[in-house]
Amino acid sequence: MDYKLDFSPVIAGMPSLLLGCLGTLTLAICGMALGMLIGVGGVFLRDSSFKPFRWLVIGFVEIIRNTPFLVQIFFIYFALPFAGIRLNPTPTAIVALGVNGGAYAIEIIRGGINSIARGQTEAGLALGLHKAEVFRFIILKPALRAIFPSLTSQFILLTLSTSIASAISAYELTSVSQRIESESFRSFEVYFTDTFFYLIISWMIMRLFALISARLLSYPVK
Amino acid sequence: MRAPEPASAEPIIVMEHVEKWYGTFKALYDINLAVLKGERIVLCGPSGSGKSTLIRCINHLETYEKGEIRVDGVLLGNRTVAIDAVRREVGMVFQQFNLFPHMTILQNCTLAPMRSLGLKKAAAEDRARRLLDRVKVLEQAEKYPAQLSGGQQQRVAIARALCMQPKVMLFDEPTSALDPEMVKEVLDTMIGLAEDGMTMICVTHEMGFARQVADRVIFMAGGAIVEEAPPQEFFTAPSHERTKKFLGEILP
Ligand SMILES: Nc1ncnc2c1ncn2[C@@H]1O[C@H](COP(=O)(O)OP(=O)(O)O)[C@@H](O)[C@H]1O
Ligand SMILES: [Mg+2]
Repeated sequence: MDYKLDFSPVIAGMPSLLLGCLGTLTLAICGMALGMLIGVGGVFLRDSSFKPFRWLVIGFVEIIRNTPFLVQIFFIYFALPFAGIRLNPTPTAIVALGVNGGAYAIEIIRGGINSIARGQTEAGLALGLHKAEVFRFIILKPALRAIFPSLTSQFILLTLSTSIASAISAYELTSVSQRIESESFRSFEVYFTDTFFYLIISWMIMRLFALISARLLSYPVK
Repeated sequence: MRAPEPASAEPIIVMEHVEKWYGTFKALYDINLAVLKGERIVLCGPSGSGKSTLIRCINHLETYEKGEIRVDGVLLGNRTVAIDAVRREVGMVFQQFNLFPHMTILQNCTLAPMRSLGLKKAAAEDRARRLLDRVKVLEQAEKYPAQLSGGQQQRVAIARALCMQPKVMLFDEPTSALDPEMVKEVLDTMIGLAEDGMTMICVTHEMGFARQVADRVIFMAGGAIVEEAPPQEFFTAPSHERTKKFLGEILP
């Protein structure tokens, strides 16, 4: 093979590639925040005594976990406008990532909550706290601590899924790479750089989670 | 040892014809019990006889299908208002301590007074420190539960319950999960509480404790109250075969 490496289009496109990284990080972080919100809220509804809420959450989780992420994005971007909901690519991607990540988070968080001994809830109730207070002040933190490793890998997956948002031309790393590649035809150089940046981003998210865990979720255990 | 103060004639807990099922299994049979203000009751009986179930009905950690329970005049139905009111007045100490692992000892003690009684942080902390001092763990206030011994944790659990200033304390085998050398420190704390006039129902097999502080010992078997008597009479002249057999098994 006499393929000559030529990184000059990549170097020329570096400003937009870096902006693309920023776009990817924005999608990832906003998606995670929304996913976490949906996850915690969903668990609360899922285990509420009001049956329709439970069914709603069970149905939601089943639908999201059994359909492709790409189709979910297309649904929000192309189908929802017919229901009067029209979102730009970036908000679409954030909503799709949040909804998708949230559905998985619900199951992960529930597992964490069930791993917390029933005695903790009973001690809270016996002290006169309400169910919601027991969850917020007694269960949540130990449960998050228990599930943090699985939550981290789920959210790394979410971070990598941001690349799928290139299908609706949301501003993120892969769509920028695609543009540079189509203009320069330097496929290897462009996707090599693209891959490298994803590694860096994943690593940063992982560090971020380790930091959150150390700052907010650590306490002495036996 | 100080003589126990006489209990007043006013009942603070009344259970009438209480029956409970776990599915098809009947766990409580026609429970009738009146606990007077200041009275100290020891509840004993073989494992699985329904002791935990009985006291957990009092603060509605368990539901029951028949009968009535009144705590300080409040009928404990299924209304959340009544359940809240009762839980604020009834403290509970569990076999497994159930301290909150992610909070310091002090935070364990201030959470509920701040949330359910609306105490300001400073007031809640004052109260917590006073009670931690009383159970002799004040110097551990800033530590986490995992950093304490079992005996210290159980004393914190007692202080935490007392921070709600309950009118009644329920103990469910508070010394059963402890290493033998730590049993005494917890029992001493409970004796101190009894001497201060706290109304208590203690599920325990510590018969020395029963002799020393109980006004009444209640023996349960198979989900029913079989016998109740002042300790003197209970230990020297039990009237039922099952009580005799049980005492024969647990007394040295
Ligand atoms: N959550 C439950 N579901 C089904 N059966 C239970 C449950 N809790 C307790 N039981 C049964 O009820 C009976 C009384 O239990 P418990 O009150 O814990 O007894 P004790 O405290 O005297 O050892 C036992 O036979 C026990 O197996
Ligand atoms: Mg028990």
